[in-house]
Amino acid sequence: MTAAGGLAAVLRRLRQTLSERQIPLAGLAAAFIFVVQMLNFPVAAGTSGHLLGAALVAILLGPGVGVIVISVVVLLQALLFADGGISALGLNVVNMALIAVLVAWLVFRGLTAVLPKTAAAVVGAGAVAGWFSVVAASGGFVAEYALGGAGNVPVPTVFRAMVGVHALIGIGEGLITAFVLAAILAVRPDLVHGARILGVRRAVTVSMRRPAVAAFVLSGIGAALLLVIVVAPHASTVPDGLQRVAIDQGLAQHSQISLAAGSPLAKYRVAGVSDAGVGTIVAGVIGLAAAFAIGGVVVLVSSRRASRSASSTATRP
Amino acid sequence: MSVGHAHALFVHGHSRVHRLPAHVKLVALVVFVVAVVATPREMVGAFALDAGLVSGAAAAAHLRPRSVARRMLIGAPVLAGALLMPVVGAGARVDVGGLWLSLDGLWGAWSVIAKGTISLAASIVVTAATPVPELLAGLTILRVPAVVTAIAGFMVRYLEVIAGELRRTRVAMASRGYQPTFAWQVGPIAASVGALFIRSHERGERVYDAMVSRGYQGRLPQLSASGASTRDWVCALAMPVCAAAAATLAVIR
Repeated sequence: MTAAGGLAAVLRRLRQTLSERQIPLAGLAAAFIFVVQMLNFPVAAGTSGHLLGAALVAILLGPGVGVIVISVVVLLQALLFADGGISALGLNVVNMALIAVLVAWLVFRGLTAVLPKTAAAVVGAGAVAGWFSVVAASGGFVAEYALGGAGNVPVPTVFRAMVGVHALIGIGEGLITAFVLAAILAVRPDLVHGARILGVRRAVTVSMRRPAVAAFVLSGIGAALLLVIVVAPHASTVPDGLQRVAIDQGLAQHSQISLAAGSPLAKYRVAGVSDAGVGTIVAGVIGLAAAFAIGGVVVLVSSRRASRSASSTATRP
Repeated sequence: MSVGHAHALFVHGHSRVHRLPAHVKLVALVVFVVAVVATPREMVGAFALDAGLVSGAAAAAHLRPRSVARRMLIGAPVLAGALLMPVVGAGARVDVGGLWLSLDGLWGAWSVIAKGTISLAASIVVTAATPVPELLAGLTILRVPAVVTAIAGFMVRYLEVIAGELRRTRVAMASRGYQPTFAWQVGPIAASVGALFIRSHERGERVYDAMVSRGYQGRLPQLSASGASTRDWVCALAMPVCAAAAATLAVIR
């Protein structure tokens, strides 16, 4: 319902701004996002499956077109490819199109307003906006979960699982958003809606050196840790015990990650730590470390296998 | 150029289900999925009825069970996730074949698997029996704004073109020895995605120019949309109405 309302509002505003010229463009952009979402990045700490693309599309095409493009992608994924589910369509549109795109755009605009008007600032803001878009979408899911009065798994647990995991996934999203922005700025800066503040008509090259990447990854991990440490214990003031399973309510398609909430650390307490708050934090940190370790192992194993198969084909005459 | 107008999931045919107007099928699908999802999970009989209805629809559309089953695999990750629920779930536990499982979790897993599988199968039947232009025309009849359906049409049309470009880029990268392992090696992938966006954008501009040169004046020609007779509605809605009746009966009792 909210999805329909929000979409209608965006459409109304868009009818004034979206020229007929942009319709094929938006269609192509939707196909582009769809394809990029299919692309599984073998990197990004192994935790990120694929790109959401909300921040990317918001910065490249502007927030209005961005919302429509992501909505169309989600709609067609549900209808044609039976991915994401029809009953969860409204939620998906709200989370991935409305919340993610608009949050990404607000963050991007806020940052670019404060930062110096350079291409590097646009790229950096893109990275942060990418991170926020993913975290905001997961936060949107948690809010809906809480509002839905569903709760076999208590809300704080879901919050920690969803937002914590997505704080990590967001690092990959932010990185790739930034790199893609840098690549486009280097060739066709005039295509980047969000770079209009630069007033550039010529290519600008942003060097993405390793230290800058490392700094972003580290700050992302830091933010994830911060979420776990600061927010998680306080989140438990949200009342739980509402009975009715989220999964029954058609949230099933969303729920894989909240299912992970019931891992061995399910109670988010570590034995031997008496204070519940500290225990929660320690458990959260261990969970984060485990996520990273698993991601690293997956990446290493898959790359080993890839290199082995590559070398075996290479030795063949 | 004009080969790929049917999407990958469409199965050509002339069955009863194929001939129904697309908007009727879409309404029926949504009502059916809502009815299935709203059915209380303890009502095993209702789910059996729903599953029977979907199988009947698939048979009426002349879909081979094998191909439907292959497409169902897309839901496998969710189902695998559901299998974890009895192991990690809270509440009372029961002994199942030597495993000490959560009763609540077992019901939860059953609920996810039954509802997910039936809904997925229903949407597979509809997409397999409806070509994209009709689907989009159906969405227009259902008051989805023309801007959205136009964008969706372009998206479906150029999906495979862009996917093909990406595939060729990746082959080119792999044949030049690019083999990412760590996060900081993401650069070339991102650069290729950037190049892909520029190509998509420029293709969009060319498509627009081509449309203008063919007489485009800001409105797409009306997609072939056939009206629906009462018989079509009755025929298509029979299935969701049965499912809804089963769900309601289950709730009342």
